[in-house]
Parts: sequence; structure tokens; C-alpha cells
Amino acid sequence: MSFLHIAHPQEARRLFLGQSGLMLSGAAVALLAGREALAAKTGDGKAQDTQILNTALSAELEAIAAYQLGAESKLLQHSVLDLALTFQGHHKAHAELLAKTVEKLGGKPVVPKTAYNFPANQLKSQEDVLRFAARLEQGAVSAYLGAVPLFGNRELSRAAASILGDEAMHWAVLRQAVGEAPVPTAFVS
Amino acid sequence: MNTERWLLLGMLSFAATVHAAPDKLPGEQIYARCAACHALAYDRVGPHHCGLLGRRAGTVPGFAYSDAMKNSGFIWDEKTLDRFLTQPMKVLPGTTMTYAGIPDPKERSDLIAYLKQANDSRECHSLRALPH
Repeated sequence: MSFLHIAHPQEARRLFLGQSGLMLSGAAVALLAGREALAAKTGDGKAQDTQILNTALSAELEAIAAYQLGAESKLLQHSVLDLALTFQGHHKAHAELLAKTVEKLGGKPVVPKTAYNFPANQLKSQEDVLRFAARLEQGAVSAYLGAVPLFGNRELSRAAASILGDEAMHWAVLRQAVGEAPVPTAFVS
Repeated sequence: MNTERWLLLGMLSFAATVHAAPDKLPGEQIYARCAACHALAYDRVGPHHCGLLGRRAGTVPGFAYSDAMKNSGFIWDEKTLDRFLTQPMKVLPGTTMTYAGIPDPKERSDLIAYLKQANDSRECHSLRALPH
């Protein structure tokens, strides 16, 4: 069963956690567990934290749609499709976590756009799809890196850093898949 | 290794540097950071960048900007971009561009140079050719 065929996000998350054996970070679990004190600690930074989370959520929703485009392109070999769906599942887990956290902070999570403007006509091969995904993942790493120091609540920084690590692994695997050095530098920016 | 060999090695390294003309502007590498949310020719989480220089902030048709951006009064040029990119959320509180910024002036300058050059790219020409 793939994540694409699951109607309910909760089910997708349970399946993701169950299948992969991965666990969300302690901070993320705390956020999902409904620690109201966490929200209270944000103080004056609450509105800014909510905005940062919503921008990250927008990017995650776009990534989910991008992987969907790749999955439906019929350009991917079976094993690569499996990889793309696994990564899409991660982005769904990130999006679910971010949306719930926005709600806990009293905000309104952004919702997916009705349509995304991807350059679908430029994706003509599996390599094109992989390079497109790699660019998005690289951007995501930079975006989370740029967001981590901005949170008023340090627990949110920690949760965002946890997601950053996952996005960096995606980027490395995709680089490797197109024949590039998976980890080209000692630092990301 | 004797002195002559060191000199030769140094000259070869210098020659290699001189002849290895970069086919990409340094700012293109920096622009990869923007690719989380932006593209040159189409709107994503952030608006497209073709035609950015000279554009009034918050005016790409159909893009849902924050009130802060719409009301900023910025006209994007080297000066306003440099200021904004340093610390977007400090310069424009309420912006949805929730990014810490680019503290290095050289990196900002390289990025702005790339954005200017990219406006002459095939992607941006194609976008301008589309009916509006």
C-alpha cells in the first residue's frame, strides 16, 4: 500500500511510523501530544512562530504535490517510484505535524493550493524528475536552515531542525541517484 | 619538493584558475537557497522572480501576498533588495518570507547580480512572451 492511496492523513502517519520504524523527535511528539504550556511559552513570538510554521507548511504541501506529479508521470522505474512515495510520505508527516502545531498555537493552517505551477512540460525523463525533486529538497534544506534561528520557541527550532535533517537526507539520496556526489560539501547553506 | 617545482605547481594552479572561467554566476549557487519557495518563471510559495528588478513589491497578479508586503511601498532595486535580504523579518515584520536572511554582503550582492542577469534568461523571455 502506498501513501498515495490513503484517504486519511492520520492513517498515513500511522502507517509511515509503523512501516519505517522511525519516530518523530521528542519535540515533535511533545507538540503533537498537546502540551499547552509549549504554546504559552512563545509569548510575543507566537504570531511570528505561527507564520514561520505556515510558510514551512506551504512548502511541504507543495513538495507533496511535486512528488505526486513525479509519481504520476509514468517516467519512474518501480524502485524509484517507491523511493519517491516514501519521501512524499515524509513530507505528509511533516505537513501534518506543522498543521497541528499551527493549530496548537491558535493559528489557522494554510491549505493546499487548488493547483501548482510546476514545469511539467520540462520533465521528460526519470532523471529530469529526480533533478527537479533534488532542487526542491535542496531549497527545503535552506528554508529550514533559515527558519531554525527565527523561532521564539526553541522547541520549535528543534522540531524544525529534525525536519531539516530528513530533507537533507532526501537531497543526498536524490543527488546520488542522478550520479552526483551525494554530500558535496561539509556545510549546507 | 624543491623551490622550482613549488613555483611550477603554483603557476599551473594559477593558470588553471584563470582558464576555468565559471559558466555560472556565483549568485546562482546562492539562488539555490531561494528554490525552496521561488522559481524564476512561475509562482510557488513565493512569487516568481523574472522582472523582479524595478517591480513594486506585492504586485505580481494573482499572488497572495501578506499585507505587510503589499503595503511596504518597496520598489525592488539593488538597494531595497540588499536591505530586505539581510533580515527579511526584521526589515518587513509580517512578511511571509520567514527566512533568517543572508548576512554576508558579498553573497547578497552576488544574488542580486544573478537576479538581474536571470531576467535575460530564456525562462524569463518565455514568460514575457506569454499573453497576459
